[in-house]
Formats: sequence, C-alpha cells, structure tokens
Amino acid sequence: MLNSLMSYLGSSVTPGEAGNQLWALIYVLIIFTGVSVAVIAMNWLERKALAHFQVRLGPMRVGPHGLLQPIADAVKLLLKEDIIPSEADKFVFWIAPLIGLLASFTVYTVVPFGPSQAVSDMNIGILFMLGVSSLGVLGIVMAGWASNSHYPLIGALRSSAQMVSYEVAMGLAVVSAILMTSLNQTGTGTLSMIGIVQAQQEQHVWFLFKFFPLGAIAFVIFAIAMVAETNRAPFDLAEAESELTAGFHTEYSGLRWSLFMLAEYAAMIAVSSIAVALWLGGWMRPFSHWLSGGAWDFVFSLFPGLTFLGLAAIAIRGTIRMPKHSLFRIQTIGLGAFAAVLSGIGLLLLGIAVGARAGDHVALARSADALNNVYWFVMKIAVFMYMFIWYRATWPRYRFDQLMSVGWKVMLPISLGVLIVTAIVGVIVG
Amino acid sequence: MTAETKNATNALSNLDLETPEKPYLDSNELIINMGPQHPATHGVLRVILKLDGEKVLGTECVIGYLHRGVEKIAENRTYTMFNPYVDRMDYVAAVSNGLGYCQAVEKLLNVEAPPRANYIRVILTELNRIASHQLWLGTHALDIGAMTPLFYTFRDREEILKIFEKYCGARLTTHAFRIGGCQYETYAGFEREVKEFVAFVKPKIDEYEELLTTNRIWLERTKNVGVISAEDAIALGVTGPVLRASGVKWDIRKALPYANYSEFDFEIPIGENGDTYDRYLVRMAEMRQSLRIIEQAVERIPEGPIMAKVPKVIKPAAGEIYHSIEAPKGELGYFIVSDGSTQPYRLRVRPPSFVNLQALDIMVRGLLVADVVAVIGTLDIVLGEVDR
Repeated sequence: MLNSLMSYLGSSVTPGEAGNQLWALIYVLIIFTGVSVAVIAMNWLERKALAHFQVRLGPMRVGPHGLLQPIADAVKLLLKEDIIPSEADKFVFWIAPLIGLLASFTVYTVVPFGPSQAVSDMNIGILFMLGVSSLGVLGIVMAGWASNSHYPLIGALRSSAQMVSYEVAMGLAVVSAILMTSLNQTGTGTLSMIGIVQAQQEQHVWFLFKFFPLGAIAFVIFAIAMVAETNRAPFDLAEAESELTAGFHTEYSGLRWSLFMLAEYAAMIAVSSIAVALWLGGWMRPFSHWLSGGAWDFVFSLFPGLTFLGLAAIAIRGTIRMPKHSLFRIQTIGLGAFAAVLSGIGLLLLGIAVGARAGDHVALARSADALNNVYWFVMKIAVFMYMFIWYRATWPRYRFDQLMSVGWKVMLPISLGVLIVTAIVGVIVG
Repeated sequence: MTAETKNATNALSNLDLETPEKPYLDSNELIINMGPQHPATHGVLRVILKLDGEKVLGTECVIGYLHRGVEKIAENRTYTMFNPYVDRMDYVAAVSNGLGYCQAVEKLLNVEAPPRANYIRVILTELNRIASHQLWLGTHALDIGAMTPLFYTFRDREEILKIFEKYCGARLTTHAFRIGGCQYETYAGFEREVKEFVAFVKPKIDEYEELLTTNRIWLERTKNVGVISAEDAIALGVTGPVLRASGVKWDIRKALPYANYSEFDFEIPIGENGDTYDRYLVRMAEMRQSLRIIEQAVERIPEGPIMAKVPKVIKPAAGEIYHSIEAPKGELGYFIVSDGSTQPYRLRVRPPSFVNLQALDIMVRGLLVADVVAVIGTLDIVLGEVDR
C-alpha cells in the first residue's frame, strides 16, 4: 500500500499515464474538492463583484463582508422542501441535474494543471473535453422536458439551439489552435491537453500571440462561444429571468436547483481551462521565455505566497476598519482569524519557494514547481471568471434569433477563415 | 387544430382556452400565461401569449388584478378627501396625478392657483417626470437583460424622493398639492437643493446613455422592435412618449398649456421610426428637457401666496369638466361631473398606461417572446393606473 503510494512520487507523468489508480483517485478527490470550493468562492465573489459594479454592497450580514453567505445559502437550499411537480416525468426530472453535474465535473479528468498535475493525459484530451462538456446541455434539455411546463420547455429548446450554433464555431477555433501545435521541429501535432501546452512551451509563445492576430482572433471566437456554451450573460437565454422566469430550472428548487448551479459554475471553470490551456500557455508563467533564468524563476515563484499575503492584507484592513462595537466583536475576530489563515498560507508558500531556491532538496523543489504550475493555471482561469461577472454586469441579453445569426453568420465564417489562413501561414512559415 | 386557427389573423377570438382534453403539450401552437406573477410584467399584468415556437401569433391582456375601484371611491368622498387616492393610481408619478386632479377641480370651481404655487407645481411635477422615466429606464433595461442601469437609476431617483420627502413628508404617494394651490411652503434650501440635483443628475443621464445608447446588443434588441406607426398610434389613442416616438409632435404642455408651462422654453423631442429604440431616445431627451424646465423655474420662482381663495367646503356648481395634463406616461385626463354637492357625481380617469397598453398586441404580433417583455417595458405601464 505504502509502496504503491510512494512509488508514484518520483515519476513525472500523470497518475493516469503511470497506471497508478490510487493516486488518480487522490487527484480526483483533490480536484473535486478544489472545484467545489472554487464554485463556493465564485458564488460569493460574483455576488460581491456584481454588487460593486452596481453601487451596492452585496452580502454583508452573514459573516464579515458576507464571507459565510455561500454556506448559509447551501444550508438553506439543503433544508428546502424537495418539490417534484406532480405532472413531471419523475425519473428524468430526477436525473437531469445529475447529468449536468456529471458532465461538467468529468471534464476535469484531463485539465492540465501542470505537466504531471492532471488525473490523466489522454491523447484525445481536447476532443474529450469538448465532447463531455457539451453533454451538459443534455441535462438542460432533459430538465426542460421533464418539468412538463411551458417556460422550461422553451428554455430547453433555446439552450439546444444555442449549443448547436456555437459548438461549430468553437470547434473550428479549437482546430486552429491544434494546427499550431504541429509547427515544431518534429512536425507532429497533438490533441493531448498537456501536449498542447508543451507545444507552446517548445515554441516559446502562447498561441494567443502566435501568427498575430490569427491566434488572437481564434481566441476571441472561443471566448465568446464559451460564454454561449455555458449559458451565461449576455447569452443566458435558456434561463432568461425577465422572459422565461427561470428558464429550464423554473420547476426546480432546493438541492436539485443547487446542483444545476454547481454544474453551471463548474462548466464555466472547465471551458475557461480549455481557453487557458489552448491559448494562454496553460501552466506556464508569464514571460517564461523573455525573462528566463533561475533568478526570474525565483521571482515568479514568489507570486503564490505574495497573492495570499495580499489577500491577507485586504482582510487585515477590513478587520481594522470594522466598527468598534461589541455587536461586531465576533465578526472582527472572524475576519482577523481569516486574515491569519491567509497570511499563514502565504508565508508557507513563500517558505516553500525560498526553501526550494536555497537548498537542493528534490521533494521541496518538485512541490514548489507543482505549486507554481497550479497557481498560474488557476490565476488565468480566475481572470476568465472575473470576465464572466463583468459581462453579466454590463451587457443586455441577446435575442434568440440574433444569437443564432451571430453564431452562424459572423462567428462561423470568421473562425473558418482563421482556420484556413492559419493553415496557409503554417505551411509557409513551417 | 384547424387550418383556420393556424394562420389566425385575429388570435384574440381564437384563443380557445376551454379545451383541457387537448394534448397537454400541443405540437402546433403554445398558449402560455405571462403573468400575473412574472418578473417582467411590471406588477400584475397577465398576458396570454399564443406562440408558434417563439413567435408571437397573438396576445390578450388580462387586467384587473390591481383593481381598487378608485373611480367609484370618488363618488363617496368629498373633493378634498379624494385627493390622496389619485396618488395610488400611477404610484411612480404621484405628483402628476395630483396636479391633474387638483387642476380639474380648480377648473370646476373656477379658481386659479397663485403664480408661486404654479412654479412649485411645475418643479415638483418635472422632478417626478424624471423619477418616473428613471424607473422606466431601469426596469426596461432589466427586462432586456442589462442589470446595472436599474441600480444607477434607483441611486439617482433617490435624490428626487429625498426632495419630495423634505417637501411634503412622503416619498412615493406624495399628496403634494391641494385644490387651489399647495399646502406647504417650500422648505429652507429648497431652491438650492433642486439646483444641486439638476447639476448632479445631468452627468448621470450621460452615464446611463453610455451603458446603452451605442451598445450593440441594446441596438439589436430595440431597433425595429415593437414598431407602431403614427396612424396606428393615433387610432388607438396612444399618447405620451410612445406617440412622440412615432413622429407626432403632441405634448399637452405645449398643445394645451396648463399650470404655467407656456412661460418656459423647452422642446418636444420626437422620434422617427416609432420603434423601441426611438422611444428610449425620446424619454432620455425628455429627462434633459425636464431639467431645462426645472432650471428655469427655480431661477424665476416668485414670492407670494401659495394658496388661492378656496371655500372651506368645496361645493362646485353642477356641471362637468374634462382636464388633461401631460403625465410622464402620456395624457392623463380627469372627467368630473358635479351635481352641486360636495362629492363628485361621477369621476372618470383617462389613464395613459391603460390606453397605451392597447397597442401591445399590434406591436408584438410576429415578434419573439423576448420582444414581448421589451415592448411591455417600452410602453411604460404602471398597473396601478391600468386597473385603478
């Protein structure tokens, strides 16, 4: 047991590739927990950021600055009565949120958080990701149908039409990125997620900047299509509140509804991670080619620790500014403790980075590396998450037919053109 | 479904809702209830939609969920007692309602409010017009999916409500005016605060426009949506910004001046196409024109009495009167029949929202479900006024 546990540690491939099921399971658990925590954090962040866009404060009551609001929400949703409409198709109604959830979580099997920090390195990784993530729409369609109600049905129809029109443009944008992976010495491309990031590493360029502006256009197409794919504003037609009350989940409540939300946010993170891996250099730190060398590596390896210390500083500022009143004592203590935890994590990460630089302890250096990879990958995803909130705060909603015409008449021709030009440029340059 | 029903020219007569033995989810047409509990029907409007997929074949408005019998109540109250009730009709423009009612009774009594009262009335009414348009803008944008303008407009509307609150103690149902003038003298610093508000809100209106006017999605959602021609609008009795957006220069403030609107210099913004976007532009321009009127009124406000000589017991001579004003939503008219007693014999309100709502059906025929909410928003209805 211990042997099989330790035997993997020395290897530099993913557990899936090494055939180590135990470590694969551990990775799965870590990712599942991590994504769930990220969804909870995102829930709080979205409410807070959206509120600040809209000159409001957002949640302030449950915990300091509403930090415990997601937990309160979760408890409320769990305790709510579980309603299945009497006219609904009970089995389909029951299974629909699970399908959505399953689809959006299965995708994480191949998300490359680092060269060996993924559950598995499938040789068809990107196809797997696209295929499984678009299964999520099945959950939505089933939910809409099973509810046996008009608004959910219209929402489900919209959702499936939306998926059909955006999947194509999205796929073509992805293909143009995959074409770029073959422009190396060996001339062989790859569909593996880790391989795609490694191709960017070898070519010393993020595909976003490759053949500028070709890579950038493909990236923008993907960035738009992924918003449509995850049913987020301004493409949130399937759950358009002002038109369809709540769209496909009108009849859902309590735990089942929260599963839909979990699936939606997990899908957002999943498609963002595709964009990060394909165009933003995956786990590579910024300027890894221009600012190369041990000293720069060390500077950039301080970032994870500094981020946590920065968050801790914000929390400490909040603690100091808390009203000095006995009613706020518990909140002040709570926020102070949160700041202490954050700064503790920050100091630990800084310690690992400094330790890896100072000594030549292999395990320390490896874990520092892994931390950096995961950190940069997550930070790039975080940028997309913020963009998702920003879109929602800024733009009105597209209409059904306009959404289709943008998808078919604008994005599809552009992505097709980009694909062809990329191929031509690739042949000329390569 | 018969072929006749399929290409129904008039879906209203074909909305057969009494056939429960039909398959639950019919494959031809979908009849759905929008409202009375729906996020985008601005209260308790119920619209029965007949859909082919998402395309609207016909609509039928079911109103009355907020009916309180305001007109009947008037017959059992004295003229003074009925005054606060009119605030509850169009509750986002209560000051305009009060102005219309007070002026109608004044006309019946043959009294004229003193000049200072008229200036106060104009300032408050125009402030109320801005508040009403701000509320319209926020909810209309929210219906189309832009969340943020709602909070911006509510933030700025608050300043107007603060002025109302300081003036008469109420924020929404103000009961600001009395028959014959105003009950309250302006509070100390009223002119300064109004001037400050004008300076404050001007850049804010630009801010709303920045979010929407040139926004590509906003343009696509509003241009050529819910078009109503000038002829149709006039035939249906549509008034207010909805009529003006169709290119008809009809504003009662200019056409049949009341209070002292003839003393002020302002323009009537009009549109060309009569679509949702033009109505949006017209209302945005109207807010700026209202600010112009307020600026002039605050500069020129005279000293003097605020109440005309009105008998303690209001007992107009037998007769009838119709008086209408330009409320934020259109022509608000009061028809009062007096039998010489202290109570109106009959009081009839011509509410702009109710009349404008008639245009919904011809505006949304052939459009999509998403446009229905956009058109309901652009008509700027308040159900308290529709149902009365």
